[in-house]
Amino acid sequence: MELTLWTYEGPPHVGALRIATSMEGVHYVLHAPQGDTYADLLFTMIERRDKRPPVTYTTFQARDLGGDTAELVKRSINQAVERFQPEALLVGESCTAELIQDQPGALAGGMDLGGIPVVSLDLPAYSKKENWGAAETFYQLVRGLLKDQVPPPGTPARSPQRWQQEGRRPRVNLLGPSLLGFRCRDDIREITGLLHRCGIDVAVVAPLGARPADLQRIPSADANVCLYPEIAAPVCSWLERSFGMATVRTVPIGIGATTAFIEELCGLLGLDTPHFEEPSRLPWYSRSVDSTYLTGKRVFIFGDATHAIAAAKIASQELGFQVVGLGSYSRELAREVRTAAKELGLEAIITDDYLAVEKAMADASPELVLGTQMERHSAKRLGVPCAVISSPLHVQDVPARYSPQMGWEGANVIFDSWVHPLMMGLEEHLIGMFRHDFEFVDGHRSHLGEGAPTQTPEPQAQATSAQTATATPAQAATATIEGLVWSADGEAELAKIPFFVRSKVRRNTETYARERKLQVIDSETLYEAKAFLSR
Amino acid sequence: MGASTLAEAMVNPMLDGVLDAGPKVAPPLEILKESGQREVFCGLTSIVWLHRRMPDAFFLVVGSRTCAHLVQSAAGVMIFAEPRFGTAILGERDLAGLADANEELDRLVKELLARRPEIRTLFLVGSCPSEVIKLDLAKAAERLNRQLLGQVTVLNYSGSGIETTFTQGEDQALVAMTPLMPTSDEPQLLITGTLADAVEDRLVDLFGRMGVGAVRSLPPRRSTELPPVGKGTKLLLAQPFLSATARALIARGAELIPAPYPLGVEGSREWMAAGAAACGVAPAQVAAVLDPLVERGRHAIAPHRETLAGKRLFLLPDSQLELSLARFLSRECGMELVEVGTPYLDRQLLASELDLLPVGTQISEGQDVERQLDRVRRAKPDLVVCGLGLANPLEAEGIATKWSIELVFSPIHGCDQAGDLAELFARPLRRRSLLSFAA
Repeated sequence: MELTLWTYEGPPHVGALRIATSMEGVHYVLHAPQGDTYADLLFTMIERRDKRPPVTYTTFQARDLGGDTAELVKRSINQAVERFQPEALLVGESCTAELIQDQPGALAGGMDLGGIPVVSLDLPAYSKKENWGAAETFYQLVRGLLKDQVPPPGTPARSPQRWQQEGRRPRVNLLGPSLLGFRCRDDIREITGLLHRCGIDVAVVAPLGARPADLQRIPSADANVCLYPEIAAPVCSWLERSFGMATVRTVPIGIGATTAFIEELCGLLGLDTPHFEEPSRLPWYSRSVDSTYLTGKRVFIFGDATHAIAAAKIASQELGFQVVGLGSYSRELAREVRTAAKELGLEAIITDDYLAVEKAMADASPELVLGTQMERHSAKRLGVPCAVISSPLHVQDVPARYSPQMGWEGANVIFDSWVHPLMMGLEEHLIGMFRHDFEFVDGHRSHLGEGAPTQTPEPQAQATSAQTATATPAQAATATIEGLVWSADGEAELAKIPFFVRSKVRRNTETYARERKLQVIDSETLYEAKAFLSR
Repeated sequence: MGASTLAEAMVNPMLDGVLDAGPKVAPPLEILKESGQREVFCGLTSIVWLHRRMPDAFFLVVGSRTCAHLVQSAAGVMIFAEPRFGTAILGERDLAGLADANEELDRLVKELLARRPEIRTLFLVGSCPSEVIKLDLAKAAERLNRQLLGQVTVLNYSGSGIETTFTQGEDQALVAMTPLMPTSDEPQLLITGTLADAVEDRLVDLFGRMGVGAVRSLPPRRSTELPPVGKGTKLLLAQPFLSATARALIARGAELIPAPYPLGVEGSREWMAAGAAACGVAPAQVAAVLDPLVERGRHAIAPHRETLAGKRLFLLPDSQLELSLARFLSRECGMELVEVGTPYLDRQLLASELDLLPVGTQISEGQDVERQLDRVRRAKPDLVVCGLGLANPLEAEGIATKWSIELVFSPIHGCDQAGDLAELFARPLRRRSLLSFAA
């Protein structure tokens, strides 16, 4: 049993729903109690989908449990097939149905459904989570639809360069994009365009937008691109083993990774790597003098493994930030995250407890947070700017405009969306400089209206921050919870420090004072601490 | 009251005798009973507003990752701070041995209380999986109450989807609180059902002006300050989904005041008048206080009535407020009712509402969502009241919608809110007439 307040991932059947809803022509019959239909709103509200997810829930109730719930499953399957006439049927159960053991997959297997391919999903709800469920569903669906095409064992692997003999352009599959994934819709467009410029066609994009018949065309491609390992890694491995299809595993997020991706793919297909003239503005924007203030900015990163690892690389190498925290809730890919963290001299945070992440964030004193919408909330609480880089999403993370993360345009989008919150930080600094002009009120913020201008995470700091905001040297000294006292001139000196670093200075000074068993912090203590800590 | 007596109460229509004052002959009603896929939330959802009502209470769902995900998704946005609800997620080990599950629950509760020392009442909330594996949360609550020595009161109820829909979760939570209510035969008016704090203050003030001094609320704002109940208690339900709570309070001696629910000017006036009359207030005094409010409320509704009158309304089953809303929207806003869906129909608690609905109103109980949507498409209504899962797909088909969940989060009760309530329904229609993408 584990206590969960907010969760990064839903249960595994929500992962299956993501695959079904991403595709066309697939229907999912889910044995689940009433209430589980809440999952529909993830798609209709967060993704603003204009269609209901293709799911029939059996919505059994307590009074059904005494009777024949298996009959209810069969009735639901028959009605769904008759009404929706799917090209492939997924059958599975949610956590409660797993306990009553009706085995809907086996029931469907025994029914005459007119030859529709049926894929039975076995997603252990009490040990697995959403991304695992999505990956497993995608894998089972592809495997089920391709089982007649698997070449006999011992068949030599097909060369990814056979397009040259077959007198056609090379083609690859883009695997892994799904609804509720981060910016998948735009990434596909960006990567498809990028491949076209390399002379490579896209055979199948799946699951997003694919029909079952498209999945059956997967083996016709020369290679697979594993765009989102959380969803596509098991499928790609199976296609490697069963069909001898090569997989490109570099995820093209950031300039370096996009370059490496093109090199890996072109090398595999036997193509010359094309030259892109100034493909993205990120490198020049990052070199331009205006960006010097980005140097060494402390950034805390948390998300799914793919986006967190990519963000760490971009932040440290392409923007000159200092990564002070890196972690992921994707336990399936924890090893990769640990490796990336180690390269930056960090211990990776692998957890699905958002409070542990928030604590690590507070301890790291970052100036920018790159995270999921959970970290957006935590960062707001701590008064730190944040950009969202990964699922789980909020409706505002599904923008109307074209805003990929991958490829050259993705790098442009990343520069803007990560640097803007900091730009505003600089503006705040200027406001801080001019704050004694009568036009300005302390705590004024140019635009970060939702932020917490003078609030800080520490209770003792919070308790005094209101006083800080209006402190004048004439006012009485303020005491922290454990008895440390800030003298009036100490407070006054602290108030001169821009608010967005003020809480850090306060904390550091108090730590310094405690270590030296000082009772009172005055302006001298503040400068002593500053000098000591800058050593 | 334990779970077994509660279950008995639910199948035992104790209200028959109580409602003698109400109508003897129900108006002719067409009730379409349906079963099939139900597109409704489960009772866990009501935690979203209950935890805000009682800031010193914590709601711990004992369930699965699905439960945690549901409450989080239904809340829509995550709240900034650490929430006062959470889920004890059952793992494979808990399923393998219930003894371990009980120990695990005790450990987790103690950790939680150490972390949140300000919590005075802890609700253990049963879910579909905990009900199916028969994890006895009543026993767990008893055990924890013994161990915690009164530091925190531990209560339990079920919000499971196999037993409750959406707002029934509040009903079950309130039932769990009733055994702790002190007994007193002192005369009082007991308003039952969560109201927005500001609305509650206003209603209490109005009752005061009419001369009703002792007005109390269930649930209270502080979970430890439970109102008393006894022979002097006049029970006035603020929400129509509190069947089990009403029965439990009646069993403690309270007298149920039959009335329509305080939605819209008419419902609010009748509701307040019924409460005041039960407390012995003369009709002239009631009229002196309420008539100006009625006048003002009608004035506030008028501009929205212009948008809504003659428009055809289809309500899908969801919050259990559907009958009251249908009554308000047809009688005060002039809308035509195509179909009024409700997850379940408690004829006794809704007798006054059924009386006021136009003769021949099509009511549907239960749901087969596919067939109901077929009816929606055939009827082409001007406005559909539905859950969040259906709203955008219907809008994409060209049908205007109003999300029903907003109705349980917004202050909509009382004469003073009637204009705002009408506006909630007029807004989607006004918006449609505003938008234009033509050159």
